[in-house]
Amino acid sequence: MTKNKSEYLIKRNENEYEVIIGLEVHAQVLSESKLFSDSPTKFGADPNTQVSLVDAAFPGMLPVINEFCIKQAVKTGIGLNAKINKRSIFDRKNYFYADLPQGYQISQYKNPIVGEGSVILDLPSGEKVVGIERLHLEQDAGKSIHDIDPQNTLVDLNRSGVALMEIVSKPDLRSLDEVNAYVKKLRSIMRYLGTCDGNMQEGSLRADVNVSVRKKGDKKLGTRCEIKNVNSIKFMQMAIEYEANRQVDLIEDGGSVDQETRLFDTKKNQTRSMRSKEDAHDYRYFPDPDLLPLEFDDQFISNLKKEIPELPDVKKKRFIEKFNLSPYEANILVSDIETSKYFEEVIKNSDVKISTNWITGELFALLNEKNLEITQSPISSKNLSKLINLIKDGTISGKIAKSVFEIMAEGDKDPQIIIDEKGLKQESDPKELEKLIDRVIKDNQDKVKEYKSGKDKLFGFFVGQAMKVSGGKANPQLVNEILKKKLK
Amino acid sequence: MSSIVDLTLVELINKIKKKEVSSKETTNAYIERCKKSKKLNSFITEDFDQALKKADAFDNNPNFEKKLPGIPIAVKDLFCTKDLRTTAGSKILNNFIPTYESTVTNNLWENGAILLGKLNCDEFAMGSSNETSFFGNVQNPIGENLVPGGSSGGSASALAAKLTPATIGTDTGGSIRQPASFTGTVGLKPTYGSCSRYGIVAFASSLDQAGPMTRDVKDCALMFEVMSSFDKKDSTSIDFERDNYLNKLKDTIKGKKIGIPKEYRVDGMSKEIDELWQKGIKIIKEAGADVVDISLPNTMYALPAYYIVAPAEASSNLARYDGVKYGFRSKGENLIDMYEKTRSEGFGDEVKRRILIGTYVLSSGYYDAYYLKAQKVRRLIKNDFDQAYKNVDAILTPSTPSSAFKIGEKTNDPVSMYLNDIFTVPINLAGLPAISIPAGIDAKGYPLGLQIIGKAFDEQNIFNIAYTMEKHINFKNEIKSWWM
Repeated sequence: MTKNKSEYLIKRNENEYEVIIGLEVHAQVLSESKLFSDSPTKFGADPNTQVSLVDAAFPGMLPVINEFCIKQAVKTGIGLNAKINKRSIFDRKNYFYADLPQGYQISQYKNPIVGEGSVILDLPSGEKVVGIERLHLEQDAGKSIHDIDPQNTLVDLNRSGVALMEIVSKPDLRSLDEVNAYVKKLRSIMRYLGTCDGNMQEGSLRADVNVSVRKKGDKKLGTRCEIKNVNSIKFMQMAIEYEANRQVDLIEDGGSVDQETRLFDTKKNQTRSMRSKEDAHDYRYFPDPDLLPLEFDDQFISNLKKEIPELPDVKKKRFIEKFNLSPYEANILVSDIETSKYFEEVIKNSDVKISTNWITGELFALLNEKNLEITQSPISSKNLSKLINLIKDGTISGKIAKSVFEIMAEGDKDPQIIIDEKGLKQESDPKELEKLIDRVIKDNQDKVKEYKSGKDKLFGFFVGQAMKVSGGKANPQLVNEILKKKLK
Repeated sequence: MSSIVDLTLVELINKIKKKEVSSKETTNAYIERCKKSKKLNSFITEDFDQALKKADAFDNNPNFEKKLPGIPIAVKDLFCTKDLRTTAGSKILNNFIPTYESTVTNNLWENGAILLGKLNCDEFAMGSSNETSFFGNVQNPIGENLVPGGSSGGSASALAAKLTPATIGTDTGGSIRQPASFTGTVGLKPTYGSCSRYGIVAFASSLDQAGPMTRDVKDCALMFEVMSSFDKKDSTSIDFERDNYLNKLKDTIKGKKIGIPKEYRVDGMSKEIDELWQKGIKIIKEAGADVVDISLPNTMYALPAYYIVAPAEASSNLARYDGVKYGFRSKGENLIDMYEKTRSEGFGDEVKRRILIGTYVLSSGYYDAYYLKAQKVRRLIKNDFDQAYKNVDAILTPSTPSSAFKIGEKTNDPVSMYLNDIFTVPINLAGLPAISIPAGIDAKGYPLGLQIIGKAFDEQNIFNIAYTMEKHINFKNEIKSWWM
């Protein structure tokens, strides 16, 4: 673990406080059907249209494990470099709530499906390893809706029974940037694996955030508070910042932090107490007698290992070694699986360096501006590859390429066609260029005199004039060479 | 010729197959008798009109290949029946009409049987006398104001009173065998995993098992054959080859080794029960089997372990009855208030008692001392049986420590009520099959049962032993229709 240079400390009076953060990320398993029933899991369906008798906990209904969800969890465990437990147990977590039809959540308590693992964060200061405590499977609850009917709370059970992976980190995170990097890395790994779409707007990824503070240099962890159900990285950061400062204030005022569960109010940008430790639920966990222990053999795991694609860390290494990319460039290109796919498509037939610059430069700017994902890119990898080849072989200059790119962004047109139609082909014939430059020199005799008397800076002026006269089509490199000769 | 209702199930099927009697005539005969037997209170919900329609339909297009061709059958009201109210004997499900059918009842209908109605039972199958039912006490046809046992009390009562040719119950700690014993009928608790639990209102999931209740062993073998199936909808259902139990039924047990566990000779066992047991041993010997004294050393811990495990699971299983989705709901000021009122008014005392016990033993700080320890005891009890089965093929014990008692006699003493299950509970904890057959009567003339416990999935063997003993015992259930 390298030292984190961007240390996050809270200063009060004479004291400096370190902030200790651990995340419990709830990631929705990418699966057509629920963890224990065959109901669909599509987002945005009308309320209570994706609910089976099992999900609604009708009398005599029994859960049946969806093997696909098990495989997804094991794959995720493999992606987190974690220990896969060949025997795990589903437990009942008992509590009453209107949107919890069974009166218990089926979860995993003492024997989770995945044990300890790790995630590598790519920080500006270098890499940092964050420990994973465990990953377990559990059912999501339904949704209580309080603001439709003035008299009643309405319940939508579409989410009831949807499979979630709870990924618990060790308290290894130390700053808001690390939280950002950690969540993004988890999301990236799961998207590579196809085990979670990571869509935070749709609630596919949420987190409970554990925060504590301690004076810099202290070894013992402070008392932590858990902030429940935060659904964006920005809110996580805001919540941590508020909560850490609240805890520091408490300590500085001579008080102490109470262990409790808190909620983050996004409107007020504050956390507030939900329940204290004394009021904590006694969930009365016990093994679900409706389900047998989950057992599988080495073969099951090794078969799944074969399905694991190249993951971001390995891909990054390969990009650096094979394509000579900088770690920074490699990071950008591998962080999202779709970007890496696009990149690898483009470089199949094109120069790596130019491709890297164009994807991380022009293309990302375009996507950003239009607020699009790379999968929605208006320019296909095929046509971008063609454009890059036209630059590489000198058919067009970089500058012309930019205008071609702008036209391509309108309708993914073949750049060759654009160049032909608009006559944008670069002028690289030395004879033609010489004629052109002679004219420029002739038209600007006064400037030539000045240049020759020592005003070297004027060289750029002549290049500019030559380009202008050519309508931007002149090969700038050749223009340079010829001008140098002629102005000697 | 005896009347239709006097026939055993197998006899009745033969008559139907020979077209000597129609499904409609059979169904009518039972309905007539049911109508005259309301005093027994065996039914919670009758489905007579539909039954007659189905009988008509069968007669119009009969399929005599079916194992239960056009046979009307009433079932315990713990099995969910599509479009027919299913209450589990509780106020909280008083108005609940399932849109689905339990696998076990579905197996009956698939085999040609016709639903006659839903039979009374202890609330959520929690009880040994049918006195915890929201729908009132059930009379034992053996004698007025006697309990029929429980929790399948309505099933036992209806069967003994000849209101149904056969029936089905559920057995979590003795709920089939004890009422069978109290009413002079045959009841089987199958191996855990034989009969699907899908669609059966859950009491204690790791112990619940559906089973047949019949007038004799042949009927029992046939009913089990029909009920038992592998079911993917129940993760604890076991995929094994189901046999043709009735066809393979044999009345010989020569060379079989039958174990007699000394720990079942409990303190204060009545002389009558002991004599009954000795009688059973004598019969087995006469039939050519070897009797072997065995030890099941952890038997004494079975009842306490059961009364931890079963309430623990029940406390969680019954959490779904919260007034939100279906069933009874009481109006409340807010969500918590609604829960409290709904569950206070919707559940009876015994159910509440068990929810409280179960909640307590699962609480943090008590879990290890109670639930975890009880699970360990359970493993020891299973080990006891595994050890014993190295030397014997089956085990013979009494079914119950007494005959039927008076209604109200034990309602204020739950522990004495729980002691009724002392011989039956260990079998559920071990997941084994056991059958109770009527073996004699006590001084009051009330029937008493003997229990034959088998190895897992060895139902055929215990049917054979029971069948052999049945022939030797030649028990006649003397029921005078005092209620009519």
